[in-house]
Amino acid sequence: MSIEILKKAALATLAGLGTLAFTAGTAFAADAPTLNSGDTAWMITSSALVLMMTIPGLGLFYGGMVRKKNVLATLAQSFGATCLITVLWMILGYSLAFKANGNAGLNSVIGNLSFLFLKPMTVSTLSGTIPESVFMFFQMTFAIITPALIAGALADRMKFSAFLWFMGLWLIFVYCPIAHMVWGGGILFTMGALDYAGGTVVHLNAGTAALVTCLVLGKRIGYGSENMSPHNLVLSVIGASLLWVGWFGFNAGSALTAGFNAGMAAAATQIATAAAALAWMFAEWIIAKKPSVLGMISGAVAGLVAITPASGFVDPVGALIIGIAAGAVCYISAVWVKKALGYDDSLDAWGVHGVGGALGALLTGVFANSAINPAGKGWLFDGNFGQIPIQLADIGITFVWCAVGTFIILKVIDMVIGLRVSREIEIEGLDINLHGETVHS
Amino acid sequence: MKLITAIIKPFKLDEVRESLSALGVQGMTVSEVKGYGRQKGHTEIYRGAEYAVSFLPKLKIEVAVKSEMLEAVIDAITSRAKTGQIGDGKIFVTPLEQVVRIRTGETDGDAL
Repeated sequence: MSIEILKKAALATLAGLGTLAFTAGTAFAADAPTLNSGDTAWMITSSALVLMMTIPGLGLFYGGMVRKKNVLATLAQSFGATCLITVLWMILGYSLAFKANGNAGLNSVIGNLSFLFLKPMTVSTLSGTIPESVFMFFQMTFAIITPALIAGALADRMKFSAFLWFMGLWLIFVYCPIAHMVWGGGILFTMGALDYAGGTVVHLNAGTAALVTCLVLGKRIGYGSENMSPHNLVLSVIGASLLWVGWFGFNAGSALTAGFNAGMAAAATQIATAAAALAWMFAEWIIAKKPSVLGMISGAVAGLVAITPASGFVDPVGALIIGIAAGAVCYISAVWVKKALGYDDSLDAWGVHGVGGALGALLTGVFANSAINPAGKGWLFDGNFGQIPIQLADIGITFVWCAVGTFIILKVIDMVIGLRVSREIEIEGLDINLHGETVHS
Repeated sequence: MKLITAIIKPFKLDEVRESLSALGVQGMTVSEVKGYGRQKGHTEIYRGAEYAVSFLPKLKIEVAVKSEMLEAVIDAITSRAKTGQIGDGKIFVTPLEQVVRIRTGETDGDAL
C-alpha cells in the first residue's frame, strides 16, 4: 500500500512479469507497467474482503457489544458510514489522499483536487499492475473502515445526524491528510515511515479519534453503576471472525500484487492474530480468573491491528512476538487503564485500535526484516536503529494531527446541531427514538 | 388451609419439588422473580467496568396445603433449599380462605 510497495510493485512487474514477457519473446518497456490479471483479480477480491470487514463485520462486532436498545443504531452507523464515505471518496477523498504535484508545500500534508469526481480516471488507467479503478476502490474500503471504527467509542449516545457529519468531516480533514502523509507521498512517506497496511493511518488514527470522541461526549448515563455488558456476544464473535477473515484483504491486499509479499503478509496476519487472542485470554485468565469470550475476540482484533503495519515487513517469528505483545498490552489498556483513568471508551476503540496500532507501528521498526521485504529495514535484523525514531514520529504526528482535528470537528458539530442525544432518548434507547424500529418487535 | 410462598435459589427447585411430591403435595406454581434481601445485591465487574446488581434472580414457589401439613412442608422446603450461604431465600405463610377447582367446582380441602 505504501508508495514503496507501489514502487516495488512496479519493480516486480519488471522482474516477474518481465521474465514472462521475455519468455514470451515480447519486448518489454522498462518504464511502462502492464496490467497483471492475477494482481487485478486479487485486488478486487481484497477490496471486497475489506468492505466485508465493515459491513457486516464491524457492525456485528460492535452491534453485539452494545445494549439491546441500541443495536440497530450501531449497525446503522457502520452501514451509513460505508455509504456516505463511498460517495465522498469518489467526489474528492481519493484525490485529496493520493493525487499531488510532488511533495512540497501544502502537498506534503494533503493532495490536490485534480481527481475531483474521478474525472481523469479512464477505464484503462493503470496504478502499478492493476487498473486505477481497482486501486481507488481498494483505498476506498480503507477510508470506510477507519472512521467506522470510531463508532466503538461513541456507542449508545451520539445523534445519528451528528455522527454522519462527523464521519464526512473527519474523512476530509483527518483521514485524507494522514493517508496522504503516509501513503500518498507526503511528509511521513518522505521520512521513510513504515506502515504496510495502516497501523497508524487506520488504527492509531481511528483509535485516537475514538479517545477524543469519548472524552468530548462524556460517559454514558449509568456508566460505572449499571450493567452495560454485551447483549449478544454471538453477534460479536461472528463480527470479529468476519474481521479476521476480511483482514487478509486488508494486509495481504496491501501488497497490491498477488505475489511473495502478499503471501508472507497473510501468514504473518494469521500468526499474530492467534497469538494475540491467546495472550489476551491467558492474561485475563490469570488476572481476572476467567477467560471471557469477549476477551478472546478482542485479543484477536488487537493482534490484527498490531500486525497491520508490520505484515509484509516481518517474518513469522516477528509476527508471533508482535501478536503476543499486542494481546497482553491491549488487555491492560482496554480493561485496566480505562478503569483507572475513568473514560468511557464504550467498545474499546482506543484501547484496542489506538494502543494496538501504535504498538504495532513501533514494533514494525524493531522487527522489520529486509530479508522479507527490501523496502523495510528494522532495528533487530538490519541494525537500523534509525527506523525507531521515524516510527515514533509517525505515531506522534498521527496522534497530534488526529486529536486536534477530531476535537475541532466535534466542537463545531456540537455548536451547530449538538452531538449527544437527550437524556430521555439515551435511557429509552436509540433504536426506537432515532430510527423508529427495534430488533424484536 | 395455608398458602406457602417461598423464595428460593433457582437451582434448588428440583430438590424442593421432589421433597414436596414425596409429602403428597399435589400442585405448585413457580415464577421467575428478582429481588433483594438483607445483603442488598452486590457489585460485579465485567471487562473492567463495575456495575451494581441490585436485584438477584430467584424463584418464587406457591403451594396451597391443608393446615396440618404446614410444618412438614416448611421443613421440607427449609432443608432442601438451604445452602447456608446468604441469599437462600424466605418462606411466607398466609391463611387461605377458599380454594375452588375450576373444572369440577370442588372446594377447599377437596380442591387441594
